[in-house]
Amino acid sequence: MLRYILRRIFYMIITLFIIATVTFFLMKLLPGSPLSAENKLSESQREVVLEKYGLNDPIPVQYVNYMTGLVRGDLGISFHFDNTPVTDILINRMPPSMVLGGQALIFGTIAGILFGLIAAIYHNGWLDYTSTVIAVLGTSIPSFVFAGLLQWYLANEWGLFPVALWGTYAHTVLPTIALAIFPMATAARFTRTEMLEVLGSDYITTARAKGVTESGIIFKHGLRNSLIPLVTVMGPMAVSLMTGTLVIEKIFAVPGIGEQFVSSIEVLDYPTIMGTTLLFSVLFIVILLVIDILYGLIDPRIRLTGGGR
Amino acid sequence: MKKVWFLALALLLGLFLSACSGGDNSGSSGDNGGEEGTEESGSNTEQVLNFVNGDTIPSMDPGMVTDEYGIQFTGASMEGLYRMKDGEIVEGIATDHEVSEDGLTWTFTLREDATWSNGDPVTANDFVYAWQRALDPDTGSEYGPYMMGGVVKNATAVNEGEVPVEELGVSAPDDYTLEVNLENPVPYFESLAAFPTYYPLNEEFVEEQGDAFATSTDTLLFNGPYTLENWESTASSWELQKNEDYWDAETVQLDKITFEVVKDAQTQVDLYESGEIDRAGLSSDLVDQYQSHEDYVTVPEATLAYLKMNQTQSDALANTKMRKAISMAVDKEAMVNEILNNGSIASTGFVPKDFVKTPDGQDFREANGDLVTYDPEKAAQLWEEGLEEIGKDSVELELLGGDSEVAKISDEYIANQLSTNLKGLDVTLKSVPFEQRLDLDTNMDYQLQTSLWGPDYVDPYTFLNLWLTDGQNNQMGYSNEEYDTLIQETTDELAQDKEARYQNFLEAEQILADTAAVAPLYQRARARLVQPKIQDVYINSFGPTFEWKWASVGSEE
Repeated sequence: MLRYILRRIFYMIITLFIIATVTFFLMKLLPGSPLSAENKLSESQREVVLEKYGLNDPIPVQYVNYMTGLVRGDLGISFHFDNTPVTDILINRMPPSMVLGGQALIFGTIAGILFGLIAAIYHNGWLDYTSTVIAVLGTSIPSFVFAGLLQWYLANEWGLFPVALWGTYAHTVLPTIALAIFPMATAARFTRTEMLEVLGSDYITTARAKGVTESGIIFKHGLRNSLIPLVTVMGPMAVSLMTGTLVIEKIFAVPGIGEQFVSSIEVLDYPTIMGTTLLFSVLFIVILLVIDILYGLIDPRIRLTGGGR
Repeated sequence: MKKVWFLALALLLGLFLSACSGGDNSGSSGDNGGEEGTEESGSNTEQVLNFVNGDTIPSMDPGMVTDEYGIQFTGASMEGLYRMKDGEIVEGIATDHEVSEDGLTWTFTLREDATWSNGDPVTANDFVYAWQRALDPDTGSEYGPYMMGGVVKNATAVNEGEVPVEELGVSAPDDYTLEVNLENPVPYFESLAAFPTYYPLNEEFVEEQGDAFATSTDTLLFNGPYTLENWESTASSWELQKNEDYWDAETVQLDKITFEVVKDAQTQVDLYESGEIDRAGLSSDLVDQYQSHEDYVTVPEATLAYLKMNQTQSDALANTKMRKAISMAVDKEAMVNEILNNGSIASTGFVPKDFVKTPDGQDFREANGDLVTYDPEKAAQLWEEGLEEIGKDSVELELLGGDSEVAKISDEYIANQLSTNLKGLDVTLKSVPFEQRLDLDTNMDYQLQTSLWGPDYVDPYTFLNLWLTDGQNNQMGYSNEEYDTLIQETTDELAQDKEARYQNFLEAEQILADTAAVAPLYQRARARLVQPKIQDVYINSFGPTFEWKWASVGSEE
């Protein structure tokens, strides 16, 4: 197991190196320059400013400079925020997105599994149909529509929660719900399908015949086995939730990383775009590793041994 | 049986939710204070306003700022030689100045009671240091060379490293006298001196902070009406607090203004409606809905939108008659009323309305009248003549524009108007992000382009120098000798003669109209919802958009 993890970490570093390289060169292909007053400056004045940001060096030199900085954990200085290290921006912007994403993931998954279970148990009953309708709506209606509705009814009309902004726990409620709809619907759909399949399989019949209680069948034998595909989809979803969403963060005025990432692209803040991309990649790769380890915990059949792959 | 575990699950979910809220509440209870402040704003004890800002403040370094918000908040918390109040230039750190007969030497007398927020006095040396710093190539300032180049003596040479910074035409004969040598007589220098790039800096403090300078409240010094609190460069909320040590502190009425970053216009309005904020911006799609709101206001800006016609990329655009036809073929009234719908006004010239007055007190726009108006018949006729001259019966042109929703819709409208009113013209659209548009503009890689320009100081020159043959912003191959001469004269031989100078400006603008340099579209305005209780907030045509020094909270009505 340990050897397996070490090997995975080694591959992770190589993957990150490739991602950093590709992002760097893609960035250089972007049209435009990070100067904000470009058309007001003369050629020589522009040179002076570009020199300061090291943009006058040939691209290979810039690349080497960037990569050596990266190894030292230095993501560079933002082009947009004066003299602000990119790491500061990430540290400032990640927490709100993580809080929202984390809450939405936990809340969405648990609620989704519940809906899925209920639907599977009361297969073809009205509870099943209701939860299917909810799941279909949840996956097909974009989150900003929910966000708008929540904002209008729960905040403006009934005054239960703040309209927007960030600060107290109450501020996180509406964006969390808006974000949770999609994972909830996804989890419900997967759980329902898998549960139905598992509950129909031979070993469940055997268990029933042996006199295992109904709750034992559902939770111990049924649910555990239906979670595997769910874990597979929830992993990447966890990353996309934690890394913030432009729309939700904009609508609820949350100072998160998702919104920051898009505005960095708009102002061509290369170092921040690079730093954010790398951070997202690290998160993604780490979560994939965690999922692989989780598989083993959930299903002993895919437990990994030293040379087991 | 089934019901039992169903209940258990529900309980579990309930537990989870309450656990979540319990845990986080205790951690952030300190924030509640901020919300209570909102309700107090109407009372007499404390004057507080709650605003939203469209974005973060990327820089608070007066030498480095280039963006709207950096300029706004340096303007509120710091002060230069002068300050703008409702279009007039009023005292700042300088009380008075004298100009030498040749207009090249300006001697400013500074007040002796102005201090930095660390207690140091604001002296003439602070200006010398700040100006030298803004031009020092090592600083890498964009606005330093832009605002000072060609104005302050040796500014460009210093910036390009040809002479040491000490050669810059600014010196401090004593602590409270500042002597400035200019490259040319610059009649509008007073208003330039009100711009953040010209603000003073406390040398000792700036050097001590090094790279950290102006990245947070702790690494800033203030000498303006307010101090900026709880800010760091990535902060999404901050406050302006009355600066008790400001030399004119008794004029300042407000105790505090709070700011939260809210980018979404609909969210701003929702917050406004729920009473949490005192002002909200309205995007054009929201205007229809809120036009009848009792707090609805539109404020015209001195920003002009126009259509650039690149003469190097199309023989049709190189033809004066055809350019003229284009400039007459767009129904601008319909455009501002139906498309923009935010109080913008149709523009008929090259200098905005309510921006500058001629020496006899008339508005510049009125003095020259409506130079370019919508006239589809005349346009069609000119266009036909033009087609004959270039020997074609159809022309295809590409219109380059921004990629925002509003920009796309209005560009669509312009393209449609041109294609409809001018026979044989086919206009296609190309929408790109702002930075890319600048790039294409610099490389003259476009045919038609919608563009905006806002003033950098209060003088017609800021608009009328744009189309000089070698102008930085020209980038469209326009060149008119007579116009060049007229504009050139306003900065040298006529610089001291206000009457003749304005006569030149008026004539030059007429030439731009006759030769259809660009096609004027509209003068931008912004629609907002503003609490009527807010009084005496002035809107500037350049520099900081809002001037809050004199602002106060009146009664609720």
